[in-house]
Formats: sequence, C-alpha cells, structure tokens
Amino acid sequence: MKHLLAVVVLIVIVTLAVGFLLNPENLLPTLASEEGAFVDQLFSLYAFVIAFFFALIVVILLYSTIVFRRKKGDDKPGANVHGNSVLEIVWTVIPLGIVLFFAGLGAVYLKDTLKAEPDEMIVEVTASQWSWRFRYPEFGISSTELNLLEGRQVLFVFESTDVIHSFWVPEFRLKQDVVPGITTTLRLKPTLPGTYKVRCAELCGLNHAYMLAEVTVMEQAEFDAWVASEIDSGALGPADRGAKLAGLNGCAACHSTDGTRSVGPSWRGLFGSEEILEDGSVVLVDEAYLLESILDPNLQVVEGYRPDLMPKVYGDTLSQEEIQDLIAYIRSLEN
Amino acid sequence: MTVLSLGIVRGLAGQLIGSALGIGVSVAVRVAMGLPLEVKEGAIVVGILVGAMGFMIGVGALTDWSKWMLGIETPLRLGPPEGKPSWTRYFGVDYSHKIIGIQYGVTSMVLLFLAGLLALTFRVELTTPGLQFLDNHTYNTIMSTHGIAMIAAMLVGVGAMANYLTPLMIGTSDMVFPRLNAFGFWINVPAALLIGTSMYVGGWDTGWTAYAPLSVNAPLGMQFVLLGVFLIGLSSILGSINVIVTVLHRRTPGMHFFRMPIFVWSVLATSIIAFSATQLIGLSFLMVSAERALGMTFFSPVLSPGAVAVGSPAGQVLLFQNLFWFYSHPAVYVFILPGLGIISELLPVFSRKPLFGYKWVALSSMAIALMGFFVWGHHMFTSGMLEGLRIPFMVTTMLIAVPTGVKFFSWIATLWGGKISLQTPMLFVLGAISIFLIGGLTGPPNGVSVSDLFLHDTYYIVGHFHAAMFGGFIFPFIAAIYYWFPKITGRMYDEGLGKLHFWLMTPGFWLQSLAMARVGLLGMRRRIADWDPGLGIETGQLMITIAGFTIGISMLIFLANLIISAVRGRVASPNPWQSRSPEFQIPSPIPEHSYAQPPVITGEPYDYAEPDSVYVSMSPASSAAD
Repeated sequence: MKHLLAVVVLIVIVTLAVGFLLNPENLLPTLASEEGAFVDQLFSLYAFVIAFFFALIVVILLYSTIVFRRKKGDDKPGANVHGNSVLEIVWTVIPLGIVLFFAGLGAVYLKDTLKAEPDEMIVEVTASQWSWRFRYPEFGISSTELNLLEGRQVLFVFESTDVIHSFWVPEFRLKQDVVPGITTTLRLKPTLPGTYKVRCAELCGLNHAYMLAEVTVMEQAEFDAWVASEIDSGALGPADRGAKLAGLNGCAACHSTDGTRSVGPSWRGLFGSEEILEDGSVVLVDEAYLLESILDPNLQVVEGYRPDLMPKVYGDTLSQEEIQDLIAYIRSLEN
Repeated sequence: MTVLSLGIVRGLAGQLIGSALGIGVSVAVRVAMGLPLEVKEGAIVVGILVGAMGFMIGVGALTDWSKWMLGIETPLRLGPPEGKPSWTRYFGVDYSHKIIGIQYGVTSMVLLFLAGLLALTFRVELTTPGLQFLDNHTYNTIMSTHGIAMIAAMLVGVGAMANYLTPLMIGTSDMVFPRLNAFGFWINVPAALLIGTSMYVGGWDTGWTAYAPLSVNAPLGMQFVLLGVFLIGLSSILGSINVIVTVLHRRTPGMHFFRMPIFVWSVLATSIIAFSATQLIGLSFLMVSAERALGMTFFSPVLSPGAVAVGSPAGQVLLFQNLFWFYSHPAVYVFILPGLGIISELLPVFSRKPLFGYKWVALSSMAIALMGFFVWGHHMFTSGMLEGLRIPFMVTTMLIAVPTGVKFFSWIATLWGGKISLQTPMLFVLGAISIFLIGGLTGPPNGVSVSDLFLHDTYYIVGHFHAAMFGGFIFPFIAAIYYWFPKITGRMYDEGLGKLHFWLMTPGFWLQSLAMARVGLLGMRRRIADWDPGLGIETGQLMITIAGFTIGISMLIFLANLIISAVRGRVASPNPWQSRSPEFQIPSPIPEHSYAQPPVITGEPYDYAEPDSVYVSMSPASSAAD
C-alpha cells in the first residue's frame, strides 16, 4: 500500500512535469495557417496523454528496480502473482477508449482541414527535379516564388513532371505529395504575414536537399503591387524573357549563372567557349550546339557531367520562340 | 586443408564466375542477334542472378538436393566435418541449427557494424550546415545503403534468434528442414554482397523505400539493391516456413501451446507475418527491376518510346507504395515481435517472478501480427490516395497501440514485487523497454492523420522509427546475446564491460531519439544532405552526432567483450541465471544433439515464485552432469 501511494504521487509529478515540457508552443515552429492550427491543437492534447503513459511506465520501472532490488544473499523468490484478469481488461479497455477518441477527433479535424471557402485562390504548382513553379490562373502569371495573400484561402493544385515530390511549409503545417501522373490538392489559408520556405519533403534524387522555394504571405496592397509588376513584365526583351523562362523551368536547379559548377555546366561564360566532350572531341558552344543540347541533351555531353539527368521534354513543353529566348539569355551571360 | 575447402571461399568464387558467365552469355546473345556490343542493365541482372546461383552451388547449399536428383542418398551430416578443424564448419554449409544460428548472428553483426559506420559517416556531414566532405550523390547513396543494410541486419538477426533458440526452447534437437535452413542462411551472403556492391556501381538515391518512379530512374546501384533485397526476402520466407513447421510439429512431450516459452510465441507470430507478407516486397522490387531492365511499365507514369509504340497504358505510381507497405509495415513487427519476446522471456528470470498475464502477452503478439496487415495506408496519408481512406487506416493504426500497451503493462506488472537483479542482460531489457516506450509514445501522433500531415517525412519520424527499432529489436537482441552467451560459448562475458556498454548506449540512445524528434518538429526533413541554418537546429544536430558516436563506441566495447570473453572468459556454469527454460538444463556449451532424450514438460514455464514446481523433467542422460 505504501509502495502504491508513493508510485501514484511520483506518476502525478512526472506527468505534470513532462506534460508542460511537451507544450507545443515550445516544440513547433511559428504557426502561419488556419488549417495548421488543428495540428497544434492535437499536439496540446497529446502532451498530457503522452506524459501520463510515459510517467506510468517509467516511474513503475525505475521504482521497482530500486525498491524491489534483490539484496545480496536473498534467495527468496518474488511475489507469486500470475496475472489479474480485471487489470488486463482495464488496461485493454482504457487505452482502447483513448485511441478511439483520438482517431475520432482526427477524423473530425481532417474533415475541417478539407473545407473550401467560396473565394479561394487557385495556385497551380508544378514540381520538377529540383525546382518549384507557381501559376496563378486568376491573374495569368507564373512565378518561381510563392506569394500568398493573408486571410485568403488557397487551393493548391499539384503536378509533377518527373518523380514524387512533397510540398511542405513547416509554418503551414500540412504537407501534400506531388505525384507524377495524378493531380493532388491541398487547401491552406495563410494567417501570418512573413517569409517562409517550401521544402520538398519527399526524397526526389540528387539535389533533393536544395529543392526549396521562397514563400511570402503578404497583405493586400503588397500582393496587388506584386501582381501588377508581374503582369507588366510582358514587354521584356528576348534575353530577359529567357531569364524568366529559365527560372520557371527550373533550369537554375542544375545550371548556375555565376560560374559555380553544379549538376550541369554553368551558363556564365558558356556561350562562345570550347568544351571537351566525353569522347575527347572539342565542340564550340554556339547557337546550334545549345539548341541541340536543349532538345536532346544526351547527344554531346561535356566531359565530367552525367548523361540522362537533364529532361528531354523541352522540345514539347517550350515553343521555338521560347527556346530562342533561352539561348539569347545564355548568350547574354558571356563573360 | 586448402582455402577452397571453406564453403564461403568456393561460394564467392562461384558468385564471381556466375556473374561473369551471366553477363557474358547475355552480351554474346546480343551480338549474335546483330546488336552492338554493349553491356545493358538486362545483362547485369542476368549476371547478378546467375552469380547468386553460383554462390549457392559453390558453397554447397544445393549439393544434397542435386545428388538426390541423381538418385544418390546423402545422410544428414551432423557434427564437425571430417578431416577439417571444427571451426571450419562456421564457414561452410552445416546443418546444425546452432551453427546456422551463429552464422546468422555473425552475419547480422557484420551488417549492423557496416550500416552503423555508414550512419556515422553521414552524421559527421550533417553536424553542421553546408556540404563538408560528401557530395549530394554520395550522401544519398550512403544514407540509402545505411537504411537497407540495417533492415537486412535486423532480418538476419531475427533469423539468428529464431534458428538458435526455437528448437532449444521447445526441447527438440533441430529444425524440421535442416537443408532448407542452411539454404535460407547462405542466400543472405550473396544478397548482402549485392547490397554492399551497390555503392560502387553508380550508387543509388532513393532511401531504403525505393519509391517508384525515382527508383526506376536511379543509377545502376539500385538494381543491385532491388535483387539483393529480393534474395533476403526469399531467405526470410524459407526461414519462417521452417520455424512454423518446427513449432507445430517438434514440441517436446507435454509442451502444449500455453506452456511454450513466451519467446516461441513471438517467433511463431513473426514467422506467420514473414511467411505471408514478404512476397509483396519481393514482388514490388522485382517489378521495379523489370521496369528498369526490360522496359516493362508498372509504376512509371511517363511511358518509354517502346511503350508508346504499342499503346501501353501508363503505370500507377501509388501502386508501388501499396505493394511496398503491405509488407514493409508488417515487416516492422517481424523485427520487434521477437525483440519484445526476448523482453518478456528475460524479465521473469531476473525478477524471480512469473510473467504477468502469460496468455495475454502471448496472444497480444498474435493480435499485433494480425492487425499489422491492415495498417499499411498510414504510410500514405500524404501520398494523394483517396482522402477518405485516411480515416479507416487511422483507426486500424491506432488500434495497434492496444495490444502493444498490454505488453508494456504486463512488463511493469512483472517487475512489481519481484526480486530484481541487474546483470547486463536485464539492464538491456530495461533499456529496451524505456527506448521502445519512446518509440511507442511518439507513434500515435503519426497515426492520427492530421498531425501526420505535419510529421510525415521529417526527422521526427526518423527518431520514432529508430527508437521503435532499437527498443523493439536491437536492445533485446543485445540482451539475448549476453543472456545466452554462456550457453553458446560455455564462458561468461565480462560483466564490467557489459555494464559500461549499457551505460554508454542507453543514455546515448535516449539523447539521439529526443534530439531527432526535436529537430524534426522544427522543420528538419529526413533524407537531406544539407540543412537550412535558419531552422535553429544546430544544437540538436550536434547532439544527434555525439549520441551516434557514443552508441558506436559502446558497440565496439560490446564486440571486444564478446571476442575476448569467448576466448578467455570465466568458464560458465550450465545455468548461470537459474532459468527454468529447457536449454538451461543441459551442459554448456550445448552438446551437438542438445537433448540426449526429449525432456518432458510437467508444469508452467515461469513459476519462479514456486521453488517446488517443475517445468522441465530431464531424463538422467540429458541433464547437466557438471
């Protein structure tokens, strides 16, 4: 009886201590979406349930090993207890109730995170190895940065051009895989202006770690100004159009523009240079070579770079004019 | 005696010759068909498979069966080989379950140490942001190989415990199918070599889960891993058939089901899973292999030109995940059920008290095994599967917490009021409970789909999974090695070094788990070569690396202890723990045929509190004479 009382007191103390430590405010990053709030609510409920079961097992385990430790020379056996059906039923039924409660709550919350608001803004997200592109059909603009409006729900519509990626902004909490061949969606309503990052959460090959994009949650005026400036950019010259296309097609994920060696050759000073190919021959990088390399990258691979990494889709996804714009942009990066 | 008289050397030679032959013939066929001389991936697949067969022929695992085909009878050879030193039997085909158990155990330890070394390598890289000494591709390869090699190490470790202990604990001399048993072990060796080789033939970058379509496009190393895992899966299926039949048919007189040592229950449950689910990972990996090598379309949504030409429909990306997790979730229970069985087996011995609620513990293993088949969808909450499916999978997943809870409560109730002594095996049992508790309590937040949408693919999951695997398998495995070490070698391990091992490894593991969960909650993704310093996780990352090295050092101490004690340790008494289990009633090291006469079971296995009760009655010839 004395032992039971001591254990109960210890369990209460440990439960409280651990429960407060597990307060989600200490554990999770800033919350910046309405749907994400359900995650934080669940975590505050978990805190004391986890703390209680942790205390129950750890306190009894440590208490027993200290108090019921066999003394030297004591050869008497322990208590002759084989079991207790009432206890077994209790510790089957109570956890059953708890897990069913959480499963039920989880189902209700899940439904709440899927609720659509009437004025939601659609953002079409295209993920490729290793870049993100965002299209806003409402304004007819595309961008490599994700700019959102505070307080307006967004319906993200995801497509992947190659392998599985996953759209995750820790501050928004919820994530969604981006799967080639199917269209997935996610609804989020940003609540806190600020700058965050989309972090690809599903291993997607070589440069997965760096598959990031900037997210900015803006107030109305700032957002309107950004949309206006993006629409304005229609009157650009070929090289500037090419620069924008390079961003939107994820070229920068593999080709730097500052001379740094990456997955593919840097575009800085590339035009007009002479490169050594795998077979030892030398090629002059002119418009014809760039065009060929964009359409069929495996034909003449520069020594030291891996073939098969660059997609062979640009002949289909880009118009001839767009490819010429890209070449003009690469040309503008001459030293 | 020459080097070639060692089976493993002949096997390795066979694998080399077979691989060369397979590739050579495939290329020759190409050339004969008028195609250019090229080694395509298909030829390498043929080389890998013929190479594995070459190993099995070379090592001698097929010799008896081949002779039967020719009408030659081969008596079951037992005991040390003639004309060779007795240590050589560990390096060739041997039919004794005890030798095979040790072979499994040593192979498991080798894989465990190599996979651990890979982990320490990339933990150094991850200690600080930026890329230090690995590039992205090397990181991805090492991280992926760490994962699959650890999975292999645990599967082989389960084989070690199941093979060594099951026949002993049910009072019989061997498994029902000794030749199948040897085959099942040896196929792991070429498989493990394939997994190791994968790092040097282009590497691979998918993580151990090998999700399509990334795995379809991955470098050549992927193919080695796909087929290596396929072969290890084959071993697991064969081994589990043997365990199931042995437990059903070879129990000694009087040992009805509810008198079996509790570990046997857990091995039976685990074998039922391995026997009926492993096919699915084999299938999914084989399909990726065929998609890569033969241009078939199962999973890729983007069709090859050949597939377009014949009007093939596109592949289903999510199909791979369904097939993969239908095995790979239950596989987790394949590892942890034997581990939890070890915990339940050892607690009564060191508490001198019956196992609390024996039947509840036994049947909770069966419940976990059964329910494990209905939860695979919880790995796919974010995958884009039908939204409504998240709810039934959430409910089934949460329900697994109930039988798992029954085990925890039974363990602490067993400790309560006992006479507890804290030798090294018991310390590792208690450590296992505490770490499995972290794994268990971090689980339900992943099971509730809304919070999993946040946690999925973060370092929190990495922490949860490592705690579940270490608490559920690695710690109990270590406890088991210490506990049965005197039975295996006839000598005692060094208690001081054992305690040092424990006091380094357990706090190290606690720190590692908590730090992993912490950085994950702050936004650290899993499987990334580099992380964002803006996340505020510098301290956490450093802690994980320090903890990792502490665990690594403690494992070296463990290894040293095992090797030194096996040679020079104090001679152990037959039953150093006063265990009631049958294997402790015979001499140490255990004789070739274990029991001279079948022991007779006349009581309950865990009546430690009733000194007069008898569990095992030995005929005089079998009992420990010394």
